[in-house]
Amino acid sequence: MLSVEQIAELIRAQLPDSEVYLRDLTGGGDHFEAFVISDSFEGKTRMQQHKLVMDALSELLKGPLHALTIKTYTQQSWKRSQEAQ
Amino acid sequence: MTQEEALKFIDDTVKKNSIVVFMKGTPDFPMCGFSGKVVQILNGLGAKFTGVDVLSDELLRNGIKLYTKWPTIPQVFIKGEFIGGCDITTEMAQSGELKELLDKNPS
Repeated sequence: MLSVEQIAELIRAQLPDSEVYLRDLTGGGDHFEAFVISDSFEGKTRMQQHKLVMDALSELLKGPLHALTIKTYTQQSWKRSQEAQ
Repeated sequence: MTQEEALKFIDDTVKKNSIVVFMKGTPDFPMCGFSGKVVQILNGLGAKFTGVDVLSDELLRNGIKLYTKWPTIPQVFIKGEFIGGCDITTEMAQSGELKELLDKNPS
């Protein structure tokens, strides 16, 4: 069973400037939702952005991590999305 | 089927069909929420697509992840190009990009 700390650490290792918010979707430690905010996403396609996060978690995805919902933002787009609420 | 044959099958399938979704289950009976969501989105846009059930064959399930170097299912292809999984498909549907893409690539 995975913890949000384990997953967040791996994402931050790949994207050192990132803010990471994680949610266990089922409570079972194998389905997570990740909000990743990093200016390194600037200028990249959605697929490139998601791939960066996937790559950070590639070992876990081969095993205990069964499902991962990813939402990526730059600092600016995150602020905009928060203001829109 | 060998792993190599599975990869060839995947390649042929995405090249011969306009829209292909590698998913868990079938379009009528999806076996996972994310696969189901993609089916729902495509149906909602009136898109004709081919569903490939990766649960039917472990070599297919492995094969698609090797083919795209993408670790999760579902995987959506339009005109042979890998578009993304459930998250990207959902975002593109919300922004109108998906409808645009489908209009440009009629089945």
